[in-house]
Amino acid sequence: MDTAAGVEARLPIRSDMDLVWVRQHVRHAAAKLGFSLVDQTKLVTAASELARNTLVHGGGGQMETAQVTTGGNGGLRLTFSDSGPGIPDLDRALSDGYTSGGGLGMGLGGARRLVHDFTVETVPGSGTSVRVTSWVSRPPRLREDV
Amino acid sequence: MPQHETGGAPGAPAHEVRDFLRRRSEQIAQRWADEPLFRTVFTVSREEAVEAGRAVVDALARVADSRRVEDPDAAGFSAVREQLARMGAARSRAGLSAAQVSSELAALLPPVDRLLVADLERERPERLRECSTALTVLMGTLRLVAMQTALSEIQALTDRQRLQLLEVATPVIKLWDGIVAVPLIGTLDSARSQVVMETLLNAVVDQHARFAILDITGVPTVDSLVAQHLMQTVDAVRLLGAECVVSGIRPAIAQTIVHLGLDLGTVKTRAGLADALGHCLDELGANIVAAAPGGADRR
Amino acid sequence: MSEAFSRPAAGQVPVLRLGNVLPVTLPGDLHDGMAHRLRQDLSEAVVRGGVTGVVIDISGVEIVDSFLGRVLAELAAQAGLPAARTVVAGMRPAVAITLVELGLTLPGLRTAPTTEAALELLGRTAAPPRAGRGREGSP
Repeated sequence: MDTAAGVEARLPIRSDMDLVWVRQHVRHAAAKLGFSLVDQTKLVTAASELARNTLVHGGGGQMETAQVTTGGNGGLRLTFSDSGPGIPDLDRALSDGYTSGGGLGMGLGGARRLVHDFTVETVPGSGTSVRVTSWVSRPPRLREDV
Repeated sequence: MPQHETGGAPGAPAHEVRDFLRRRSEQIAQRWADEPLFRTVFTVSREEAVEAGRAVVDALARVADSRRVEDPDAAGFSAVREQLARMGAARSRAGLSAAQVSSELAALLPPVDRLLVADLERERPERLRECSTALTVLMGTLRLVAMQTALSEIQALTDRQRLQLLEVATPVIKLWDGIVAVPLIGTLDSARSQVVMETLLNAVVDQHARFAILDITGVPTVDSLVAQHLMQTVDAVRLLGAECVVSGIRPAIAQTIVHLGLDLGTVKTRAGLADALGHCLDELGANIVAAAPGGADRR
Repeated sequence: MSEAFSRPAAGQVPVLRLGNVLPVTLPGDLHDGMAHRLRQDLSEAVVRGGVTGVVIDISGVEIVDSFLGRVLAELAAQAGLPAARTVVAGMRPAVAITLVELGLTLPGLRTAPTTEAALELLGRTAAPPRAGRGREGSP
């Protein structure tokens, strides 16, 4: 349903300095789109988790950002991709407390809670791509799961 | 404007339609001014309605120029989006259903189509049919754009009202220097607890509060989700360096909590708002002189 | 003790000393290397002795993700050992909301609204810390 206006930026994720750029970039993009302060913070935090996953587990990769709209509602879509070893057990990786590279084991599962849409594609041996989208002004979301 | 005498190598039907729209802009606008959609919305003067009609014809010509007659996102529409929304909203206010507004929009096509047929009567029939189809598609897209715009306006309004309602239902009260309270009344769902949390945290920071009281006397039921929200709020308040006390857990709710096997664990609870306030005052070391002797000094 | 004041290199969080307390102000966006370095600097300073408390002011920090959350939790646990306690001060509401939604409630962490309040807290409760509850998810 929603239409993406193409890729707007592509940022490399090769070092922990790159994580800083990723956070700043997402912050600016979300602010420009009119995200509230709390929603900006959630999205930037999710981006930070996912970018760190890309760096630590994927051996580096990139983030692409795209503005998306659906029914007049704007959003920001972030795609993190790497060509690392992939995630062997996705369900386990998404569950809380699971960690293989430091952090409090909140990386993937935690990031999922901070965004509206979340999809992972992973192929063992050839890489992982995580795509998340958050929407502006969908005021309080009614998500009863999690 | 271009006196485009047809014949010879015909361009794309969309471009034929574009030329027609530019040529006949005035007549179309005049005709539309008599249609209910324009007549009843632009009531100041007929000239106003004609003016609005011209703007729409102009936008249609621009879309036809880009040959994206079937694309509601075509750039040409952007100039009239707001006007279309206003027209749709005015008709809704007049009591028309969405379907009725839609058919009023559909009614804009026949007068234009008649003009087109008259203009192109010397063309080959299939050429005329092509152009007429392009026009019909274009007008259909216009209708779609108008309805889309109207819907998203309604959506935005609903969202705004919902948010306002949530905010109105979440007053933060300063009970004492350093003590704020939120009396919650009604169902606490995810959406609302987001607002509650945000409002309460901002109040804690703005008021330099050391205590926040969440009074749930007016919350009819507590299920595991609500309990989770309460605990999240308590945790968030603690992260700011303040303490959160939950008061007003009625016996029925306390039972449910036990029954559900929920653990409010570290959450500090008090029976009523007054008890909670008393606890916070004690912790603050506030010296309340009670009227009854011996009632004050138990710290 | 002047080495504790060693000129902060680019990308290093300076660790000062105020009596027995080490006040640290985190920058708005610190990268992972800086956080590692800070953790090391602080533990060295604490080991050197005479430190009763560490105050980490995060009022300028715009996001706390699980990595920084872990660093804070570790600092708190680590400084808890040699009679020094850590207080995290000035967390922003948006950061707190994000943290609890992330599932990172940092139960062992002492918090205060401001550095001033944190210093007061450290001074007021020179007594043993109240029940150092276990943290979930050890490093």
